[in-house]
Amino acid sequence: MKKVTPNSLHSSGSAARNRIQRVGFLILLGATLLTVIPIFLIIGVIIVQGFQTITPEFIFGFPYNGMKSGGIWPAIVGTIYLILGTALFSVPLGIAASIYLAEYAPDNRITQIIRIAIITLAGIPSVVYGLFGLGLFVIAMKFGTSILAGALTLAIMNIPVIISTSEEALRTIPQAFRVTSISLGATKWQTIRRVILPQAQPGILTGVVLGLERAAGETAPILFTAAAFYLPRLPESPLDQTMALPYHLYVISTQVPGMPAGIQYGTALVLLILVLGMNLVATVIRSRVRARRQW
Amino acid sequence: MEKTKDWKEKIILWAIRLSGYSAIIFVGLIFIYLLREGLPALGEVPLSNLFSSCWYPIEDFFGLTPLLAGSLIVTLGATIIAVPIGICTAVYIAEVAPQWAREILKPSVEVLAGIPSVVLGFFGFVILAPYLRLLLDLPTGLTAFAGSMLLAATALPTIVSVSEDALYSVPKSYRDASIALGVTEWQTIWNVTLPAARSGVLTACMLGIGRAVGETMAVLMVTGNAPVIPRGLSGFFAPVRTMTATIAAEMGEVATGSVHYHVLFLIGITLFIVTLLINLTAASVVFRKRQRSERILS
Repeated sequence: MKKVTPNSLHSSGSAARNRIQRVGFLILLGATLLTVIPIFLIIGVIIVQGFQTITPEFIFGFPYNGMKSGGIWPAIVGTIYLILGTALFSVPLGIAASIYLAEYAPDNRITQIIRIAIITLAGIPSVVYGLFGLGLFVIAMKFGTSILAGALTLAIMNIPVIISTSEEALRTIPQAFRVTSISLGATKWQTIRRVILPQAQPGILTGVVLGLERAAGETAPILFTAAAFYLPRLPESPLDQTMALPYHLYVISTQVPGMPAGIQYGTALVLLILVLGMNLVATVIRSRVRARRQW
Repeated sequence: MEKTKDWKEKIILWAIRLSGYSAIIFVGLIFIYLLREGLPALGEVPLSNLFSSCWYPIEDFFGLTPLLAGSLIVTLGATIIAVPIGICTAVYIAEVAPQWAREILKPSVEVLAGIPSVVLGFFGFVILAPYLRLLLDLPTGLTAFAGSMLLAATALPTIVSVSEDALYSVPKSYRDASIALGVTEWQTIWNVTLPAARSGVLTACMLGIGRAVGETMAVLMVTGNAPVIPRGLSGFFAPVRTMTATIAAEMGEVATGSVHYHVLFLIGITLFIVTLLINLTAASVVFRKRQRSERILS
């Protein structure tokens, strides 16, 4: 971009104005560094302190000696089960809802109410989801503290994320695609199924992965619905309670006195790798699609 | 053949429509179950007790004031930290940063959004709080201020990314016209671009604050969890306890259906209403703006 410098036009005061601009930009840069440096600091500290702990025995071992020795395998498996359960409930429902909003919903009162409901869901604090899951799934539906109850709670929390990202993906498909397909004699559903969804698929996938990433790292919603303080075995059915990585990190950093720092940092690092790895996958899908897009 | 296809399409359409409506159903369910478990508290605990300044559930003291005050002071601190830094960061990324810096900064902010709150809390507990204790010479580093710093970190990604979008949506012609009048880029940012993106930036701040109010694990781990009403500025450097942390810390230990259990749900209802108000206000700014632009364009 070519800069227009006003110096030549008004000589009086322009030097002062340029000085103000330089100082101003420095302040903005300073604020940006204040945002960004802590991110690298947090991740850096956890990597440096945690990477020595990460051995096959730590990943695939069971905790023993009051969790002060051994590994975190049950917590890893529990988190994977919870992610899968969350995906099972929230992905089909979220995508179907986004298809409704992007392709079918008329511009009326009810649609507006749906949008307000989605905004509301997106804003509810995670601990309140935990209360709701406790009241409905654990107590009223008698699932008990279980993977099922936790996954359902996380799924409802996850649905607004999936709806909004995949609706956005559907809306980026040019109208010409729809018109062409319909004019060739396809029905509306055939158009969506064969033309729109395949085109929007990467965008939808990005949203799904980002939503599940958030669910994987959440602690508060599973606190009273799924999480077990300590479980010496792997969960055997969806109605079992389970250990989970985020809750385990909370437990071993604040609830168990005398916990070796290595295990704490190692657990934090495994959780970070899982979550940021999903983030990376989403970013890669998105940038690939942007590069390949032809319209 | 045509007939079965018709049927299939109808069933699919109904399933899709029902999914669309499901958001309303879920909000309804959440509201019903919170009310069902929380409203009995109003009958079981006298209002004078609920509004008292003593939270000591074992002895049946259910004063919510210290918890409300705790949430308020931690969120206020987070707002003071995150709003100026967030807006400045967004302006820098959208208006000033060269392309290569933008490509590093944007994903970094997304990474911050992706760090689980329990990891932030862990970092706060083992590094930030001990460091603050030494630096400020406090009896404990687990204070409202430490909570505010972590909450600022959870609010920042929202504030930065939503403000950024608002800045990008300001037409380039505004900036060009301003520069052409002979003012500097800095003056253009403050007098043209930022005012034009005002409503979006405001939305961004509201959404960020909404996130901060509801944040649980990070504040639970670093605010020291003492249910006392903070007094003045020094309250920032003393332990407090927020509404979210109270629910998270105590719900696991109460008997289902007890008074304490009902009161914890009542706190949940309060949180639900507060965040709902914040988010709907933020959304209404966006809705209003859209309607205005539609009027202008039509």
